[in-house]
Amino acid sequence: MSEKRWLLAAGVLTGLCAVLLTFAGNPVNMGFCIACFLRDIAGGLGLHRAAAVQYLRPEIVGLVWGASLMALWRREFLPRGGSSPLLRFFLGFGVMVGALVFLGCPLRMVLRLSGGDLNALAGLLGFFAGILAGVAFLKRGFTLGRNYRQKKAEGLAMPLGVLALLPLLLTAPAFLFFSAEGPGSLHALVLLSLAAGLAVGAAAQRTRLCMAGGIRDVVLFRDATLLSGFLAIFLAALLGNLALGNFHLSLADQPIAHTDGLWNFLGMTAVGLGSTLLGGCPLRQLILTGEGDSDAACAVLGMIAGAAFCHNFGLASSAAGPTLPGMAACTSSLVLMAVIGLCHSAKSA
Amino acid sequence: MEPVKIDARGLSCPQPVLLAMEAVKRGPGPYEILVDNPTARENVTRFFRRSGKTVSVSENGGDITLTAT
Repeated sequence: MSEKRWLLAAGVLTGLCAVLLTFAGNPVNMGFCIACFLRDIAGGLGLHRAAAVQYLRPEIVGLVWGASLMALWRREFLPRGGSSPLLRFFLGFGVMVGALVFLGCPLRMVLRLSGGDLNALAGLLGFFAGILAGVAFLKRGFTLGRNYRQKKAEGLAMPLGVLALLPLLLTAPAFLFFSAEGPGSLHALVLLSLAAGLAVGAAAQRTRLCMAGGIRDVVLFRDATLLSGFLAIFLAALLGNLALGNFHLSLADQPIAHTDGLWNFLGMTAVGLGSTLLGGCPLRQLILTGEGDSDAACAVLGMIAGAAFCHNFGLASSAAGPTLPGMAACTSSLVLMAVIGLCHSAKSA
Repeated sequence: MEPVKIDARGLSCPQPVLLAMEAVKRGPGPYEILVDNPTARENVTRFFRRSGKTVSVSENGGDITLTAT
């Protein structure tokens, strides 16, 4: 089977799993959302105390381990790291700030579109603008430096850390936090969430599915291979939503979304730029983490820390719209990303 | 003719492809690109094939040499 067909199949699988998870209890248009799920995990662990968004999402465990198992099976589990880990942490942090101003990662942006949420169009335009800016840095020779082979323990540390969430979820000790109401209280059965995560994680590892990479490759190389996965997710989820009656075309009253076009745009600009500098979207960072890439794990840890800050300091948007501190943090993230982009470009002065 | 040699080991996507693209712009080749992960192998191979080149792959330990003519 050709690369493009594999990507189409992975996209269809991801879109259908997302619709299934929503049908089985996940919040609307949130079958998968890497930003929201990492935010919920940060809340579940008590790193922030926003009572509505606390749950140890098993989809994340599934995605990382689906990638790990597929990589081990294909002999592609390569422990590696050492390519500007701290900068990747801060880029991950900034990506999360942007995602929580918009209210979703690139994957949820596509799922929101497939549910008829027109606010996600502003997000898509912003995501595209951010990727264009990232491509401009890449063309100037941007690099975060080479990574190097590491010992197995370095590559396994984060996947094992993520795996530890599972017994915590199943035993629910009193020191953890689980939402009684709000998005954090809405979830599919643990086993179903885990299985969907495993399937999508394995497929994404096999195909290198990446939301940011899809647009980036078209702009840089006129190569639409990766983009086909992105489009397949949209179409599969759209058909699924239409079949289940979950398609509602409008700007107003969309679930877990706001109607501020400018900040939907700028939030996703930060996600697009940060993801391009990191070499992949939040989903891709999880998959690379599963493959033993400890630099990607640093980006994921940055996203978790970013989510905690967002909810501790009122940076995250709500249905009412973005907050003033959130706007300031999103702008600061864009500036930080531009500075990192300039400082790490070979052709910079 | 002596191949244009590029060491793209340890570089994350899409930098190995960008290096290959720059090399193609500079001269006609042949090109010899050293990568160390399957993603870079697939992406660089796809780029060269789309540019009308023939690519051969040889693996030595963790290093993968892509020769494009």
